[in-house]
Amino acid sequence: MKFSLNPNAPDRRLLDEGKRTRAMTWIMAIMLFLTVLSGALGLGMLGATNQLDRQLAGRLTVQIIEPNAELRDQQAKAMVASLRAVPGVVRAEEADRARLAELLKPWLGDAGLDPDLPMPAMIDVDVRGDAGVAAAEAAAKRIVPGARIDRHAQWLSPVRNFMSTLTWLAAGLVLLMASATGAVVLLAARAGLDTHRDTIEVLHMLGSTDLQVARLFQRRIAFDTLIGGAAGTAAALGLVWFLQSRFGALGSEILSGVALEQRDWFILVLLPLSFALLATFAARIAVLRKLGATL
Amino acid sequence: MANIVQFENVGLRYGTGAETLSDISFTLTSGSFYFLTGPSGAGKTSLLKLLYLAQRPSRGVIRLFGEDAGALPRQRLPGFRRRIGVVFQDFRLVPHLSAYDNIALPLRVAGMPEGDIEAPVREMLAWVGLTDRGKAKPPTLSGGEQQRIAIARAVIGRPEVLVADEPTGNVDPDMAERLLHLFDSLNRLGTTVVVATHDFHLLNRIPNARMMRLEKGRLNDPTGALKHPPGSS
Ligand SMILES: Nc1ncnc2c1ncn2[C@@H]1O[C@H](COP(=O)(O)OP(=O)(O)OP(=O)(O)O)[C@@H](O)[C@H]1O
Ligand SMILES: [Mg+2]
Repeated sequence: MKFSLNPNAPDRRLLDEGKRTRAMTWIMAIMLFLTVLSGALGLGMLGATNQLDRQLAGRLTVQIIEPNAELRDQQAKAMVASLRAVPGVVRAEEADRARLAELLKPWLGDAGLDPDLPMPAMIDVDVRGDAGVAAAEAAAKRIVPGARIDRHAQWLSPVRNFMSTLTWLAAGLVLLMASATGAVVLLAARAGLDTHRDTIEVLHMLGSTDLQVARLFQRRIAFDTLIGGAAGTAAALGLVWFLQSRFGALGSEILSGVALEQRDWFILVLLPLSFALLATFAARIAVLRKLGATL
Repeated sequence: MANIVQFENVGLRYGTGAETLSDISFTLTSGSFYFLTGPSGAGKTSLLKLLYLAQRPSRGVIRLFGEDAGALPRQRLPGFRRRIGVVFQDFRLVPHLSAYDNIALPLRVAGMPEGDIEAPVREMLAWVGLTDRGKAKPPTLSGGEQQRIAIARAVIGRPEVLVADEPTGNVDPDMAERLLHLFDSLNRLGTTVVVATHDFHLLNRIPNARMMRLEKGRLNDPTGALKHPPGSS
């Protein structure tokens, strides 16, 4: 038997299309809609986590807490100068005091602008590499032993943990969907074998092999998965694209990392294809198993 | 002449009841024409089912084309079935396929290219007198028309053995004779033919045909001529 994609191919008509349910296409559309959304969540979170790591791994803030403003400024200048000399340090700069005061204003009122208020000096440091971070920390301690050093990565680690939990969750959801799809296909193939039992018996009597019969089912299920999957994927990608444009409008630095890259879109488009392959394989296994038990 | 089919002490039991067929032993020689007769319920269809590998015997040995059919692994069955054409008593046409597609089925199953299929199918339609019914679906055909489509489907693949179960049960005597003539032509081309029938008028239409008579599940063969046919190898 020849198996072409031509919708009028003779073998197409072997299994009665009139008896065919469209339910499979719908189920596949919903499955892939959910799968692609989960995939997008996972890939988005993965990208955001990576971006966060890149941005924060080498970022420190050195605080000099010194009530004497003059001494504090002096120490801050010395700190900036020596930190810049440390290998691996890309940037070391004192945070603009006026802007700091501005940020504190909601809490401290105009008092924050009082030069006599003992505000710590804040120095932002960008470092390349883990060795650089350690070296910068050591240098800062040496220059001003009382300085407080904060790694941004530490502040954000709960956020980062949450994001990687979401990534795993999304991966888990994709796997769950894949197994549910396999199970649905198995059930559908078995039901199909029952529906078409008479036709299959005739085919067997005329010398059809089990593989020939399995291929009839395989192709139908692959077809349904592709059609339904394409619709579900398109809807999910549209939704993702829409949400992403909303994230952009939020202007959040962390959420901007959720933006999908070209590679991510490509992976998402591969999902319905791999699901179609999975469905084909599941149908084949189901049909061959069941036929193997007959004469 | 080679033995194409050989039954040795074959018995068939459906479920746990009494044996439907008992101690069936016969040999079919290649290129011969056989009639299988017997009253209704004698086991004709059951015997033919064993022959076309739709049923395994409960005991005994069936040799087909020189091989022990009982020992055939599942994946070799299709190859054997393609060498046997069957006209089922209940036709077994695929109801949603046109008459044309039903007749074409064995060729398609055998993987014949689509371009080579049309000519033989048209020829078969003409043979059974249904040239203008090619597009009709079986449920819209009369019993006799369905029977003729079933016959066309059985013979189109030029099988080595043709098994026909009551192939003339639903047609008028003229058509019956015509269909028998089709079997005869096929037989002359070398096909071994086995026709189960109630129709005694047909029996003497084929002068060289051999008779097999089943009664209550046993083959009536007092001289042993069916078991050891003259001239068989
Ligand atoms: N699948 C089956 N399960 C159980 N019993 C069966 C089955 N098929 C046939 N039988 C029984 O076997 C016996 C022989 O049936 P079979 O169909 O072989 O007779 P037949 O000679 O072909 O009759 P007819 O001339 O009416 O077609 C009958 O008693 C029938 O009830
Ligand atoms: Mg019968």
